[in-house]
Amino acid sequence: MTQIPFVLTIYYSFFSWNLLKPGSFRFAGLQNYGTLVTDESIRTAVLNTVVLTVCVITLSVVIGIGVAMLLNSDVIGKGLMRTLMIAPFLIMPTAGALIWKDTLLNPLFGLLPYLLTPFGLERVDWVNRFPMATVVVVEVWRWTPFMMLIILAGLQSQNPEVLEAARVDGASGFQTFRRITLPLVRPFVELGALLGTLFVVQTYDSIYMLTYGGPGEDTTNIPFLLYLVAFQGFSIGQASAIGVVAVIITIIVATFALRTLFSIFQVEARR
Amino acid sequence: MRATLTLNRSKVLWSVVGWLVVFVFFFPVLWMWLEGLKSEPQAASSPPTIFFAPTLAEFQEVLSGDFPPFFINSAIASIGSTLLVIVLGLPAAYALAIRPVPNSRDVLFFFISTRFLPFAASLVPLYLLARDLQLLDNIFALVLIYTTINLPLGVWLLRSFLLEIPNDLFEAARVDGAGFFDEVIRVVVPLISPGIAATCLICLIFSWNEFFYAVNFTSSVAATAPIFLVSFISGRGLFYAKLAAAATLASLPVLMAGWIAQKQLIRGLTMGAVK
Repeated sequence: MTQIPFVLTIYYSFFSWNLLKPGSFRFAGLQNYGTLVTDESIRTAVLNTVVLTVCVITLSVVIGIGVAMLLNSDVIGKGLMRTLMIAPFLIMPTAGALIWKDTLLNPLFGLLPYLLTPFGLERVDWVNRFPMATVVVVEVWRWTPFMMLIILAGLQSQNPEVLEAARVDGASGFQTFRRITLPLVRPFVELGALLGTLFVVQTYDSIYMLTYGGPGEDTTNIPFLLYLVAFQGFSIGQASAIGVVAVIITIIVATFALRTLFSIFQVEARR
Repeated sequence: MRATLTLNRSKVLWSVVGWLVVFVFFFPVLWMWLEGLKSEPQAASSPPTIFFAPTLAEFQEVLSGDFPPFFINSAIASIGSTLLVIVLGLPAAYALAIRPVPNSRDVLFFFISTRFLPFAASLVPLYLLARDLQLLDNIFALVLIYTTINLPLGVWLLRSFLLEIPNDLFEAARVDGAGFFDEVIRVVVPLISPGIAATCLICLIFSWNEFFYAVNFTSSVAATAPIFLVSFISGRGLFYAKLAAAATLASLPVLMAGWIAQKQLIRGLTMGAVK
């Protein structure tokens, strides 16, 4: 039931159709795709999607590894730390984005501009001056717990006897990490990064709430552009062509994601 | 003696670092709660109010205002779709795990590929379909859409739990003369109740927080909780405390469910691959 609409999307993408103009439905061939190639805004949207996804995934994986290692070590209050840490992922994304925008980053009443005044950064309008950075920060805040959970599960599947043996054999902490821990958690990191990518590519909630794609087109990614074209411009054909592009990008990522997923299943099965 | 001392010192040091990081990540949530407990002037003050006498006034105002219908719509959409996922997904998972049909690996792939299909790819046709069926701004449309979004995930997840049931158990049940339905009700369902819980949790999270379809398919009658929050976007007025109270209430069910079922969360998010 989710595949049939996609077939229709491909079909519509070959037509020119404005919802507001009755009778405007006509075959347009590859015209919509031609527009995609020449159109400035689709290129911006693809670029924004790539920038957003790469930044968010890289940062959240790196921070996620750090936090997971902290939570896997002998720290005080591990359980509570983990519980509090996953909260950003569970909070409704629209709610989270609003809280960031209106109560933390608001130039007049927000907490962050106030805290930063001693550093000479008084009343900076973060959302408008650094829109993409703001979206990245909010999304990293949301996705780091996700990465942390997956990587932590990987770390906890480590056999403590192996680590003990390495220690007895005189391996340093760094050596143990590089030779034993890293190879073991690598599939988990990959899985987290790929699943995360599939979600982050679709980021829509926080962009809608934080910047509405703006200022200008600075934070318009592919899903948001599609929304604008379909529901603000009512160009069904053009929107469908953008949808097809989104699918092609996703298929490339998903192929890798599925391979990783299956390799983990097979490792599990071999045990 | 000296070794234990340094060991403890490093333990304390890493604990402090850890708690600092956790504090940074948890702070926006804490701040949301605090803002919700303030009065409007306190929430919109400069410098921000740190110490204040908490009040539930804004929570009361949100709950007695126009928020409840949105909340109820969210509940209908997420609970309805979750039930449908279990009812439809369990037989499919059973067929794939216990009595593999031919080409079950391909079927699995096909299932999950639908979950990875971007929402963008199906938005336009589904919108036109809903429009023609007069299902726009109808909560039933969201129930159906969320079911199709979560079904592949549910099938994979339930399958991963079914695979863990030892085959001998089925043999034993059959030897004892259990029919197919006995087998399912008496053996399968009790054994995979954690799996059903995990599936429910993950479906609930995704459908409760879903925004893309909700905002494009509903306007007033069927609008869900995230849509209520949209009305605060243009909030140039002094509504920060109310906003925070609404955000807290809207996030509460998923936050609670996620916290209670932490163990199931990780397995659900990775479709059963990571335990």
